[in-house]
Amino acid sequence: MTEGLHGELQKHGVFTTTLEGIHNWGRRNSVWPLQFGLACCAIEMIATSMARYDLARFGAEVFRPSPRQADLMIVAGTVTKKMAPQVVRLYNQMPEPKYVIAMGACAISGGPFKQGYNVLKGIDRFLPVDVHIPGCPPRPEALLHAFMTLQRQIDRQKLTGDERPRHLRAEAPSEYPVPQFGKKDLTPGKNAAVWSPPVSTRSG
Amino acid sequence: MPVPEFDPPTAATGYSLKQREGEEGELLEISMGPHHPSTHGVFRMDVALEGERVVRLKPVFGYLHRNHEKIAEEVTWLSSMPYTDRLDYFNSMTNNWAYALSVETLAGIEPTERAEYIRVIVAELTRLLNHTCLIGFLVMDMGALGTPLMYAFREREKILDLFEALSGSRMMCNYLRFGGCRCDLPADWLTEMNRFLGEFDRFLDDYEKLLTGNEILQARTQQVGSLPAELAISAGVSGPMLRASGVGYDIRKVDRYGIYDRFDFRVPLGEVGDVYDRYMIRILEMRESLGILRQAARDLPEGPIVNSKARLRGFRPKPGEAYGRIEAPKGELGFYLISDGSPQPYRYRVRPPSLVNLTVLEDMCLGHTVADVVVILGSVDIVLGEVDR
Repeated sequence: MTEGLHGELQKHGVFTTTLEGIHNWGRRNSVWPLQFGLACCAIEMIATSMARYDLARFGAEVFRPSPRQADLMIVAGTVTKKMAPQVVRLYNQMPEPKYVIAMGACAISGGPFKQGYNVLKGIDRFLPVDVHIPGCPPRPEALLHAFMTLQRQIDRQKLTGDERPRHLRAEAPSEYPVPQFGKKDLTPGKNAAVWSPPVSTRSG
Repeated sequence: MPVPEFDPPTAATGYSLKQREGEEGELLEISMGPHHPSTHGVFRMDVALEGERVVRLKPVFGYLHRNHEKIAEEVTWLSSMPYTDRLDYFNSMTNNWAYALSVETLAGIEPTERAEYIRVIVAELTRLLNHTCLIGFLVMDMGALGTPLMYAFREREKILDLFEALSGSRMMCNYLRFGGCRCDLPADWLTEMNRFLGEFDRFLDDYEKLLTGNEILQARTQQVGSLPAELAISAGVSGPMLRASGVGYDIRKVDRYGIYDRFDFRVPLGEVGDVYDRYMIRILEMRESLGILRQAARDLPEGPIVNSKARLRGFRPKPGEAYGRIEAPKGELGFYLISDGSPQPYRYRVRPPSLVNLTVLEDMCLGHTVADVVVILGSVDIVLGEVDR
Protein backbone atom coordinates (compact mmCIF):
# COMPACT_ATOMS: atom_id res chain seq x y z
CA MET A 1 0.00 0.00 0.00
CA THR A 2 1.35 3.44 -0.87
CA GLU A 3 1.62 6.29 1.56
CA GLY A 4 -0.94 8.26 -0.51
CA LEU A 5 -3.59 5.58 -0.32
CA HIS A 6 -2.92 5.16 3.38
CA GLY A 7 -3.46 8.87 3.94
CA GLU A 8 -6.55 8.93 1.74
CA LEU A 9 -8.15 6.06 3.61
CA GLN A 10 -7.35 7.66 6.93
CA LYS A 11 -9.27 10.78 5.87
CA HIS A 12 -12.31 8.59 5.47
CA GLY A 13 -11.91 7.08 8.84
CA VAL A 14 -10.33 3.83 7.66
CA PHE A 15 -7.20 2.95 9.52
CA THR A 16 -4.82 0.52 7.91
CA THR A 17 -1.75 -1.02 9.37
CA THR A 18 0.42 -4.07 9.06
CA LEU A 19 0.19 -7.04 11.35
CA GLU A 20 3.74 -6.32 12.44
CA GLY A 21 2.90 -2.69 13.10
CA ILE A 22 -0.08 -3.33 15.33
CA HIS A 23 1.67 -6.22 17.07
CA ASN A 24 4.63 -4.07 17.99
CA TRP A 25 2.40 -1.12 18.89
CA GLY A 26 0.46 -3.23 21.33
CA ARG A 27 3.52 -4.72 22.91
CA ARG A 28 5.53 -1.57 23.30
CA ASN A 29 2.69 0.15 25.11
CA SER A 30 2.15 -2.51 27.70
CA VAL A 31 5.59 -3.38 28.96
CA TRP A 32 5.19 -4.44 32.59
CA PRO A 33 8.35 -4.09 34.65
CA LEU A 34 9.35 -6.41 37.42
CA GLN A 35 9.02 -4.78 40.83
CA PHE A 36 12.57 -5.41 41.77
CA GLY A 37 14.94 -2.96 43.40
CA LEU A 38 18.49 -3.63 44.43
CA ALA A 39 19.86 -0.38 45.81
CA CYS A 40 19.78 3.39 45.48
CA CYS A 41 18.55 3.39 41.87
CA ALA A 42 15.40 1.57 42.96
CA ILE A 43 14.27 4.71 44.78
CA GLU A 44 14.59 6.70 41.59
CA MET A 45 12.76 3.92 39.78
CA ILE A 46 9.90 4.27 42.25
CA ALA A 47 10.05 8.04 41.84
CA THR A 48 9.69 7.55 38.08
CA SER A 49 6.48 5.64 38.57
CA MET A 50 5.07 8.33 40.86
CA ALA A 51 3.03 11.37 40.00
CA ARG A 52 5.65 13.80 38.78
CA TYR A 53 7.37 11.58 36.21
CA ASP A 54 4.40 9.29 35.64
CA LEU A 55 5.67 6.19 33.93
CA ALA A 56 2.01 5.34 33.30
CA ARG A 57 2.11 7.57 30.24
CA PHE A 58 4.15 4.85 28.57
CA GLY A 59 1.95 1.99 29.67
CA ALA A 60 4.46 0.67 32.16
CA GLU A 61 3.00 1.60 35.53
CA VAL A 62 2.03 -1.98 36.36
CA PHE A 63 4.96 -3.14 38.43
CA ARG A 64 4.55 -6.86 38.95
CA PRO A 65 6.12 -8.52 41.98
CA SER A 66 6.20 -11.89 40.24
CA PRO A 67 8.65 -12.49 37.39
CA ARG A 68 6.05 -14.71 35.74
CA GLN A 69 3.94 -11.67 34.96
CA ALA A 70 6.68 -9.26 33.97
CA ASP A 71 8.14 -8.31 30.60
CA LEU A 72 10.93 -6.00 31.62
CA MET A 73 13.59 -6.31 34.25
CA ILE A 74 15.01 -3.01 35.42
CA VAL A 75 18.26 -3.92 37.17
CA ALA A 76 18.23 -0.93 39.50
CA GLY A 77 21.28 -0.89 41.71
CA THR A 78 24.48 -2.64 42.64
CA VAL A 79 24.54 -6.33 41.80
CA THR A 80 26.71 -8.05 44.35
CA LYS A 81 28.18 -11.45 43.86
CA LYS A 82 25.79 -12.86 46.42
CA MET A 83 22.82 -11.39 44.56
CA ALA A 84 23.86 -12.14 40.96
CA PRO A 85 22.57 -15.76 40.93
CA GLN A 86 19.18 -14.57 42.10
CA VAL A 87 19.05 -11.87 39.43
CA VAL A 88 19.78 -14.39 36.68
CA ARG A 89 17.27 -16.81 38.14
CA LEU A 90 14.57 -14.13 38.16
CA TYR A 91 15.39 -13.37 34.54
CA ASN A 92 15.07 -17.04 33.65
CA GLN A 93 11.65 -17.15 35.28
CA MET A 94 10.30 -14.33 33.15
CA PRO A 95 8.30 -15.38 30.07
CA GLU A 96 9.38 -14.35 26.59
CA PRO A 97 9.53 -11.74 25.15
CA LYS A 98 11.58 -10.11 27.88
CA TYR A 99 13.87 -7.13 28.07
CA VAL A 100 16.50 -5.82 30.46
CA ILE A 101 17.36 -2.24 31.32
CA ALA A 102 20.59 -1.87 33.30
CA MET A 103 19.96 1.23 35.38
CA GLY A 104 22.82 3.14 36.93
CA ALA A 105 26.57 2.99 37.01
CA CYS A 106 26.67 -0.06 39.30
CA ALA A 107 24.42 -2.19 37.11
CA ILE A 108 26.32 -1.36 33.93
CA SER A 109 29.87 -1.57 35.24
CA GLY A 110 30.15 -1.78 39.00
CA GLY A 111 30.14 2.00 39.31
CA PRO A 112 31.81 3.60 42.32
CA PHE A 113 31.99 0.22 44.04
CA LYS A 114 33.80 -1.45 41.17
CA GLN A 115 36.99 -1.91 43.16
CA GLY A 116 35.11 -3.79 45.85
CA TYR A 117 35.67 -7.50 46.22
CA ASN A 118 32.00 -8.33 46.34
CA VAL A 119 30.60 -6.29 43.48
CA LEU A 120 29.77 -7.64 40.04
CA LYS A 121 31.27 -5.47 37.34
CA GLY A 122 28.16 -5.15 35.25
CA ILE A 123 25.08 -7.35 34.93
CA ASP A 124 25.72 -7.63 31.17
CA ARG A 125 28.23 -10.35 31.99
CA PHE A 126 25.31 -12.68 32.61
CA LEU A 127 22.26 -11.21 30.90
CA PRO A 128 21.60 -9.68 27.48
CA VAL A 129 21.02 -6.02 28.32
CA ASP A 130 18.91 -3.99 25.90
CA VAL A 131 19.44 -0.48 27.28
CA HIS A 132 22.18 0.82 29.56
CA ILE A 133 21.65 4.04 31.53
CA PRO A 134 24.67 5.71 33.12
CA GLY A 135 24.32 7.89 36.20
CA CYS A 136 24.64 7.47 39.94
CA PRO A 137 21.73 7.32 40.26
CA PRO A 138 20.24 8.26 36.88
CA ARG A 139 17.56 10.88 37.07
CA PRO A 140 13.99 9.72 36.47
CA GLU A 141 14.14 11.49 33.12
CA ALA A 142 17.02 9.22 32.18
CA LEU A 143 14.95 6.17 33.02
CA LEU A 144 12.10 7.55 30.91
CA HIS A 145 14.55 8.06 28.07
CA ALA A 146 15.79 4.51 28.43
CA PHE A 147 12.23 3.33 28.38
CA MET A 148 11.48 5.25 25.20
CA THR A 149 14.64 3.82 23.66
CA LEU A 150 13.39 0.35 24.51
CA GLN A 151 10.03 1.16 22.93
CA ARG A 152 11.76 2.22 19.74
CA GLN A 153 13.69 -1.03 19.77
CA ILE A 154 10.46 -2.98 20.13
CA ASP A 155 8.91 -0.95 17.30
CA ARG A 156 11.66 -2.01 14.93
CA GLN A 157 11.30 -5.71 15.57
CA LYS A 158 10.43 -7.96 12.61
CA LEU A 159 8.04 -10.87 12.93
CA THR A 160 9.61 -12.86 10.11
CA GLY A 161 12.89 -13.05 8.29
CA ASP A 162 16.45 -13.25 9.40
CA GLU A 163 16.28 -10.14 11.56
CA ARG A 164 13.77 -11.61 13.96
CA PRO A 165 14.43 -10.76 17.58
CA ARG A 166 15.81 -13.29 19.99
CA HIS A 167 12.49 -14.53 21.32
CA LEU A 168 11.24 -15.52 17.86
CA ARG A 169 14.25 -17.62 17.00
CA ALA A 170 14.04 -21.20 18.11
CA GLU A 171 17.77 -21.65 18.49
CA ALA A 172 18.27 -18.61 20.75
CA PRO A 173 18.15 -19.40 24.46
CA SER A 174 15.49 -17.94 26.70
CA GLU A 175 17.26 -18.99 29.86
CA TYR A 176 20.82 -18.32 30.83
CA PRO A 177 23.06 -20.37 33.10
CA VAL A 178 22.82 -19.31 36.73
CA PRO A 179 26.26 -18.64 38.24
CA GLN A 180 27.09 -20.20 41.57
CA PHE A 181 28.32 -18.17 44.52
CA GLY A 182 31.36 -20.25 45.29
CA LYS A 183 34.05 -20.01 47.91
CA LYS A 184 35.95 -17.15 46.35
CA ASP A 185 33.99 -15.83 43.45
CA LEU A 186 31.14 -16.44 41.09
CA THR A 187 31.64 -19.48 38.91
CA PRO A 188 31.58 -18.94 36.03
CA GLY A 189 32.60 -15.31 36.23
CA LYS A 190 30.84 -14.44 33.00
CA ASN A 191 28.56 -15.92 30.38
CA ALA A 192 30.66 -16.07 27.22
CA ALA A 193 27.53 -16.21 25.07
CA VAL A 194 26.48 -12.68 26.03
CA TRP A 195 29.68 -10.97 27.09
CA SER A 196 33.31 -10.95 26.13
CA PRO A 197 36.00 -8.63 27.44
CA PRO A 198 36.30 -5.49 25.32
CA VAL A 199 39.18 -5.49 22.89
CA SER A 200 40.90 -2.15 22.52
CA THR A 201 42.00 -1.35 19.01
CA ARG A 202 44.04 1.59 17.76
CA SER A 203 42.94 3.36 14.66
CA GLY A 204 45.41 4.94 12.27
CA MET B 1 -7.89 -6.45 68.26
CA PRO B 2 -8.43 -9.95 69.64
CA VAL B 3 -5.30 -11.40 71.10
CA PRO B 4 -4.51 -14.66 69.33
CA GLU B 5 -4.87 -17.82 71.36
CA PHE B 6 -1.31 -18.76 70.94
CA ASP B 7 1.50 -18.87 73.38
CA PRO B 8 4.30 -17.31 71.38
CA PRO B 9 7.72 -18.81 71.87
CA THR B 10 10.45 -16.36 72.71
CA ALA B 11 13.91 -16.24 71.29
CA ALA B 12 15.22 -17.50 74.64
CA THR B 13 12.99 -20.54 75.02
CA GLY B 14 13.11 -21.46 71.37
CA TYR B 15 10.37 -23.34 69.63
CA SER B 16 9.32 -26.94 69.66
CA LEU B 17 8.35 -29.10 66.75
CA LYS B 18 6.02 -31.17 68.89
CA GLN B 19 2.60 -31.61 67.46
CA ARG B 20 -0.27 -30.57 69.61
CA GLU B 21 -2.97 -32.99 70.43
CA GLY B 22 -5.73 -33.14 67.89
CA GLU B 23 -3.81 -31.07 65.41
CA GLU B 24 -2.34 -32.15 62.15
CA GLY B 25 0.28 -30.60 60.00
CA GLU B 26 3.89 -29.66 60.28
CA LEU B 27 6.15 -26.68 60.42
CA LEU B 28 6.46 -24.80 57.16
CA GLU B 29 9.70 -23.07 56.34
CA ILE B 30 9.60 -20.32 53.80
CA SER B 31 12.21 -17.94 52.52
CA MET B 32 10.97 -14.35 52.19
CA GLY B 33 13.32 -12.53 49.92
CA PRO B 34 15.81 -11.51 48.67
CA HIS B 35 13.34 -10.69 45.92
CA HIS B 36 10.17 -9.75 47.74
CA PRO B 37 8.04 -6.69 47.13
CA SER B 38 8.00 -5.61 50.75
CA THR B 39 11.43 -6.39 52.12
CA HIS B 40 12.60 -2.89 51.17
CA GLY B 41 15.45 -4.08 49.04
CA VAL B 42 17.39 -7.28 49.01
CA PHE B 43 16.78 -8.62 52.49
CA ARG B 44 15.92 -12.21 53.23
CA MET B 45 14.06 -13.73 56.15
CA ASP B 46 13.99 -17.47 56.67
CA VAL B 47 10.68 -17.90 58.44
CA ALA B 48 9.30 -21.02 60.08
CA LEU B 49 5.55 -21.07 60.34
CA GLU B 50 3.07 -23.04 62.37
CA GLY B 51 -0.11 -22.50 60.47
CA GLU B 52 0.17 -18.82 59.76
CA ARG B 53 2.07 -17.94 62.94
CA VAL B 54 5.76 -17.27 62.96
CA VAL B 55 7.70 -19.52 65.33
CA ARG B 56 11.19 -18.67 64.10
CA LEU B 57 12.65 -15.92 61.98
CA LYS B 58 16.21 -15.75 60.82
CA PRO B 59 17.36 -12.67 58.96
CA VAL B 60 19.91 -13.19 56.19
CA PHE B 61 21.97 -10.15 55.23
CA GLY B 62 24.72 -9.45 52.80
CA TYR B 63 22.95 -9.24 49.48
CA LEU B 64 24.01 -5.62 49.14
CA HIS B 65 27.43 -5.75 50.76
CA ARG B 66 29.31 -3.16 48.75
CA ASN B 67 32.60 -3.02 50.65
CA HIS B 68 32.04 0.54 51.78
CA GLU B 69 34.39 0.29 54.76
CA LYS B 70 37.17 -1.47 52.87
CA ILE B 71 37.03 0.97 49.99
CA ALA B 72 37.18 3.87 52.44
CA GLU B 73 40.48 2.60 53.79
CA GLU B 74 42.00 2.84 50.34
CA VAL B 75 40.88 6.33 49.34
CA THR B 76 41.57 9.70 50.90
CA TRP B 77 39.50 11.08 53.75
CA LEU B 78 37.49 13.40 51.56
CA SER B 79 36.90 10.78 48.87
CA SER B 80 34.76 8.80 51.29
CA MET B 81 32.24 11.62 51.45
CA PRO B 82 30.39 10.61 48.25
CA TYR B 83 30.41 6.98 49.42
CA THR B 84 28.61 7.95 52.62
CA ASP B 85 25.80 9.31 50.43
CA ARG B 86 25.17 5.77 49.31
CA LEU B 87 24.97 4.27 52.80
CA ASP B 88 21.41 5.18 53.54
CA TYR B 89 20.40 6.44 50.17
CA PHE B 90 17.31 8.25 51.38
CA ASN B 91 19.29 10.49 53.72
CA SER B 92 22.53 11.48 52.08
CA MET B 93 22.78 14.76 53.98
CA THR B 94 22.70 13.21 57.45
CA ASN B 95 25.21 10.57 56.40
CA ASN B 96 27.51 13.36 55.26
CA TRP B 97 27.05 15.10 58.56
CA ALA B 98 27.89 12.06 60.66
CA TYR B 99 31.08 11.51 58.70
CA ALA B 100 32.05 15.18 58.70
CA LEU B 101 31.41 15.36 62.44
CA SER B 102 33.65 12.35 63.10
CA VAL B 103 36.49 13.73 61.01
CA GLU B 104 36.10 17.14 62.64
CA THR B 105 36.31 15.50 66.07
CA LEU B 106 39.39 13.61 64.94
CA ALA B 107 41.20 16.56 63.40
CA GLY B 108 39.89 19.27 65.69
CA ILE B 109 38.27 21.41 63.00
CA GLU B 110 35.52 23.85 63.94
CA PRO B 111 32.75 24.34 61.39
CA THR B 112 31.66 27.91 60.76
CA GLU B 113 28.53 29.33 62.31
CA ARG B 114 26.62 29.66 59.05
CA ALA B 115 27.56 26.15 58.00
CA GLU B 116 26.21 24.77 61.28
CA TYR B 117 22.84 26.34 60.65
CA ILE B 118 22.75 25.07 57.08
CA ARG B 119 23.63 21.60 58.35
CA VAL B 120 20.70 21.67 60.73
CA ILE B 121 18.41 22.83 57.94
CA VAL B 122 19.41 20.11 55.50
CA ALA B 123 19.39 17.44 58.20
CA GLU B 124 15.87 18.30 59.30
CA LEU B 125 14.69 18.43 55.69
CA THR B 126 16.17 14.97 55.32
CA ARG B 127 14.22 13.83 58.35
CA LEU B 128 10.98 15.05 56.79
CA LEU B 129 11.90 13.26 53.57
CA ASN B 130 12.71 10.01 55.31
CA HIS B 131 9.69 9.88 57.57
CA THR B 132 7.12 10.75 54.89
CA CYS B 133 8.48 8.13 52.52
CA LEU B 134 8.75 5.56 55.28
CA ILE B 135 5.11 6.01 56.24
CA GLY B 136 4.17 5.74 52.58
CA PHE B 137 6.01 2.45 52.28
CA LEU B 138 4.63 1.23 55.58
CA VAL B 139 1.01 1.67 54.58
CA MET B 140 1.82 0.24 51.17
CA ASP B 141 2.91 -2.91 52.95
CA MET B 142 -0.49 -2.97 54.62
CA GLY B 143 -2.23 -2.91 51.29
CA ALA B 144 -2.79 0.79 50.60
CA LEU B 145 -1.19 0.47 47.19
CA GLY B 146 -0.13 3.70 45.66
CA THR B 147 -2.04 6.65 47.01
CA PRO B 148 -0.28 7.45 50.31
CA LEU B 149 3.07 6.72 48.72
CA MET B 150 2.24 9.02 45.85
CA TYR B 151 1.51 11.82 48.30
CA ALA B 152 4.77 11.08 50.10
CA PHE B 153 6.79 11.13 46.91
CA ARG B 154 5.15 14.37 45.85
CA GLU B 155 6.59 15.98 48.98
CA ARG B 156 9.88 14.17 48.46
CA GLU B 157 10.21 15.74 45.03
CA LYS B 158 9.79 19.19 46.57
CA ILE B 159 12.57 18.51 49.06
CA LEU B 160 14.77 17.05 46.36
CA ASP B 161 14.24 20.20 44.29
CA LEU B 162 15.62 22.18 47.21
CA PHE B 163 18.56 19.80 47.54
CA GLU B 164 19.23 19.96 43.84
CA ALA B 165 19.30 23.74 43.86
CA LEU B 166 21.70 23.56 46.78
CA SER B 167 24.07 20.78 45.79
CA GLY B 168 23.45 20.01 42.15
CA SER B 169 22.25 16.50 42.76
CA ARG B 170 18.89 15.08 43.70
CA MET B 171 19.71 12.13 45.85
CA MET B 172 23.46 11.92 46.31
CA CYS B 173 24.16 15.41 47.52
CA ASN B 174 27.80 15.12 48.67
CA TYR B 175 27.28 18.54 50.18
CA LEU B 176 29.11 18.69 53.49
CA ARG B 177 32.84 19.29 53.86
CA PHE B 178 35.16 19.11 56.85
CA GLY B 179 34.72 22.46 58.53
CA GLY B 180 31.60 23.55 56.70
CA CYS B 181 29.60 23.02 53.58
CA ARG B 182 30.60 22.93 49.95
CA CYS B 183 28.82 26.02 48.70
CA ASP B 184 26.54 28.73 49.94
CA LEU B 185 22.77 28.84 49.57
CA PRO B 186 21.57 29.98 46.15
CA ALA B 187 19.54 33.17 45.92
CA ASP B 188 15.95 32.85 47.12
CA TRP B 189 16.60 29.38 48.51
CA LEU B 190 15.34 30.32 51.98
CA THR B 191 12.20 31.87 50.53
CA GLU B 192 11.54 28.68 48.60
CA MET B 193 12.13 26.63 51.71
CA ASN B 194 9.80 28.72 53.83
CA ARG B 195 7.12 28.33 51.19
CA PHE B 196 7.71 24.59 51.24
CA LEU B 197 7.38 24.50 55.03
CA GLY B 198 3.96 26.09 54.80
CA GLU B 199 2.88 23.53 52.23
CA PHE B 200 4.29 20.69 54.27
CA ASP B 201 2.28 21.75 57.29
CA ARG B 202 -0.90 21.39 55.31
CA PHE B 203 0.29 18.14 53.75
CA LEU B 204 0.95 16.67 57.17
CA ASP B 205 -2.56 17.55 58.29
CA ASP B 206 -3.99 15.87 55.21
CA TYR B 207 -1.77 12.85 55.66
CA GLU B 208 -2.83 12.44 59.26
CA LYS B 209 -6.47 12.85 58.33
CA LEU B 210 -6.06 10.03 55.84
CA LEU B 211 -4.13 7.68 58.04
CA THR B 212 -4.01 8.28 61.79
CA GLY B 213 -7.68 7.63 62.54
CA ASN B 214 -8.03 5.03 59.83
CA GLU B 215 -9.67 1.90 61.17
CA ILE B 216 -7.73 -0.49 58.97
CA LEU B 217 -4.42 1.08 59.85
CA GLN B 218 -5.22 0.88 63.56
CA ALA B 219 -6.32 -2.74 63.29
CA ARG B 220 -3.18 -3.69 61.44
CA THR B 221 -0.74 -1.81 63.66
CA GLN B 222 -2.01 -1.59 67.23
CA GLN B 223 -0.65 -4.33 69.51
CA VAL B 224 1.44 -5.62 66.63
CA GLY B 225 5.18 -6.04 67.00
CA SER B 226 5.51 -4.61 70.49
CA LEU B 227 9.03 -3.92 71.62
CA PRO B 228 9.54 -3.65 75.39
CA ALA B 229 11.78 -0.82 76.54
CA GLU B 230 14.26 -3.13 78.36
CA LEU B 231 14.81 -5.24 75.27
CA ALA B 232 15.17 -2.15 73.11
CA ILE B 233 17.84 -0.73 75.40
CA SER B 234 19.76 -3.97 75.79
CA ALA B 235 19.75 -4.56 72.03
CA GLY B 236 21.13 -1.11 71.33
CA VAL B 237 18.09 0.03 69.38
CA SER B 238 18.09 3.76 68.71
CA GLY B 239 16.11 6.43 66.97
CA PRO B 240 12.33 6.54 66.57
CA MET B 241 12.09 2.82 67.36
CA LEU B 242 13.61 3.32 70.80
CA ARG B 243 11.53 6.38 71.53
CA ALA B 244 8.35 4.57 70.47
CA SER B 245 9.09 2.12 73.29
CA GLY B 246 9.06 5.03 75.71
CA VAL B 247 12.77 5.68 76.20
CA GLY B 248 13.59 9.36 75.95
CA TYR B 249 16.91 9.14 74.19
CA ASP B 250 17.55 11.55 71.36
CA ILE B 251 21.17 12.30 70.51
CA ARG B 252 20.18 15.80 69.49
CA LYS B 253 19.31 16.32 73.16
CA VAL B 254 21.93 14.04 74.71
CA ASP B 255 25.03 15.10 72.81
CA ARG B 256 23.77 18.46 71.60
CA TYR B 257 26.10 18.10 68.66
CA GLY B 258 26.29 20.98 66.22
CA ILE B 259 24.07 23.74 67.49
CA TYR B 260 21.05 21.73 68.56
CA ASP B 261 21.18 23.29 72.01
CA ARG B 262 19.96 26.56 70.50
CA PHE B 263 16.68 25.19 69.26
CA ASP B 264 13.50 24.65 71.12
CA PHE B 265 11.97 21.28 70.32
CA ARG B 266 10.38 18.37 72.11
CA VAL B 267 11.15 14.68 71.83
CA PRO B 268 7.95 12.68 71.33
CA LEU B 269 7.72 9.38 73.18
CA GLY B 270 5.54 6.32 72.69
CA GLU B 271 3.93 4.17 75.34
CA VAL B 272 3.32 0.70 73.99
CA GLY B 273 6.11 0.35 71.49
CA ASP B 274 3.97 -1.26 68.80
CA VAL B 275 3.89 -0.42 65.11
CA TYR B 276 1.25 2.24 65.65
CA ASP B 277 3.47 4.03 68.15
CA ARG B 278 6.34 3.92 65.70
CA TYR B 279 4.10 5.44 63.07
CA MET B 280 2.89 8.19 65.42
CA ILE B 281 6.40 9.00 66.63
CA ARG B 282 7.43 9.74 63.09
CA ILE B 283 4.46 11.99 62.45
CA LEU B 284 5.17 13.91 65.65
CA GLU B 285 8.88 14.13 64.89
CA MET B 286 8.09 15.69 61.56
CA ARG B 287 6.07 18.37 63.31
CA GLU B 288 9.00 19.09 65.63
CA SER B 289 11.36 19.18 62.67
CA LEU B 290 9.21 21.82 61.04
CA GLY B 291 9.65 23.91 64.17
CA ILE B 292 13.42 23.49 64.13
CA LEU B 293 13.52 24.42 60.46
CA ARG B 294 11.58 27.62 61.07
CA GLN B 295 13.88 28.61 63.94
CA ALA B 296 17.01 27.84 61.92
CA ALA B 297 15.80 29.75 58.89
CA ARG B 298 14.98 32.71 61.13
CA ASP B 299 18.35 32.79 62.91
CA LEU B 300 20.61 31.91 59.98
CA PRO B 301 23.62 34.23 60.28
CA GLU B 302 25.79 35.61 57.52
CA GLY B 303 29.41 34.58 57.25
CA PRO B 304 31.81 32.18 55.58
CA ILE B 305 30.47 28.81 54.56
CA VAL B 306 33.60 26.81 55.26
CA ASN B 307 36.35 27.13 57.84
CA SER B 308 39.28 28.68 55.99
CA LYS B 309 41.75 26.75 58.14
CA ALA B 310 40.36 23.39 57.06
CA ARG B 311 42.36 21.80 54.27
CA LEU B 312 40.68 19.94 51.51
CA ARG B 313 43.72 18.77 49.57
CA GLY B 314 46.48 16.90 51.33
CA PHE B 315 44.33 16.49 54.41
CA ARG B 316 46.18 14.37 56.99
CA PRO B 317 44.76 14.33 60.51
CA LYS B 318 47.12 13.57 63.37
CA PRO B 319 47.26 9.94 64.53
CA GLY B 320 44.40 9.13 66.85
CA GLU B 321 40.89 7.83 66.91
CA ALA B 322 37.48 9.38 67.17
CA TYR B 323 33.83 8.43 67.24
CA GLY B 324 31.23 10.88 66.03
CA ARG B 325 27.52 10.23 66.07
CA ILE B 326 24.38 12.03 65.13
CA GLU B 327 20.68 11.43 65.36
CA ALA B 328 20.00 10.31 61.81
CA PRO B 329 16.34 9.82 60.86
CA LYS B 330 16.71 6.10 61.45
CA GLY B 331 18.67 6.27 64.70
CA GLU B 332 22.20 6.67 65.93
CA LEU B 333 24.52 6.90 62.96
CA GLY B 334 28.15 6.87 64.00
CA PHE B 335 31.52 6.69 62.37
CA TYR B 336 34.50 5.28 64.22
CA LEU B 337 37.71 6.43 62.59
CA ILE B 338 41.35 5.67 63.28
CA SER B 339 44.03 7.79 61.70
CA ASP B 340 47.68 6.85 61.41
CA GLY B 341 48.64 10.20 59.96
CA SER B 342 48.41 9.08 56.36
CA PRO B 343 46.06 10.51 53.71
CA GLN B 344 43.75 7.50 54.17
CA PRO B 345 41.93 6.31 57.25
CA TYR B 346 43.59 3.37 58.96
CA ARG B 347 40.23 2.03 60.10
CA TYR B 348 36.84 3.21 59.09
CA ARG B 349 33.84 1.73 60.77
CA VAL B 350 30.18 2.65 60.37
CA ARG B 351 27.68 2.13 63.15
CA PRO B 352 24.50 1.81 61.11
CA PRO B 353 21.18 2.34 62.90
CA SER B 354 19.25 0.13 60.47
CA LEU B 355 21.34 -2.95 61.17
CA VAL B 356 21.20 -2.62 64.95
CA ASN B 357 17.47 -1.91 64.89
CA LEU B 358 16.96 -4.98 62.78
CA THR B 359 18.47 -7.31 65.37
CA VAL B 360 15.26 -7.31 67.42
CA LEU B 361 13.14 -8.30 64.44
CA GLU B 362 12.66 -11.89 65.54
CA ASP B 363 11.57 -10.90 69.04
CA MET B 364 8.96 -8.57 67.60
CA CYS B 365 7.66 -11.02 65.01
CA LEU B 366 7.29 -14.25 67.00
CA GLY B 367 3.68 -15.27 67.35
CA HIS B 368 2.42 -12.92 64.69
CA THR B 369 1.16 -13.81 61.24
CA VAL B 370 3.21 -13.54 58.07
CA ALA B 371 1.22 -10.50 56.98
CA ASP B 372 2.21 -8.79 60.23
CA VAL B 373 5.88 -9.59 59.70
CA VAL B 374 5.80 -7.43 56.61
CA VAL B 375 4.29 -4.55 58.56
CA ILE B 376 6.72 -4.93 61.46
CA LEU B 377 9.66 -4.96 59.10
CA GLY B 378 8.28 -1.85 57.43
CA SER B 379 8.06 -0.06 60.77
CA VAL B 380 11.71 -0.82 61.61
CA ASP B 381 12.68 1.45 58.73
CA ILE B 382 15.63 -0.28 57.16
CA VAL B 383 17.63 0.67 54.13
CA LEU B 384 19.74 -2.17 52.87
CA GLY B 385 22.55 0.05 51.72
CA GLU B 386 23.15 0.81 55.37
CA VAL B 387 22.45 -2.67 56.76
CA ASP B 388 24.92 -4.43 54.50
CA ARG B 389 27.17 -1.49 53.62
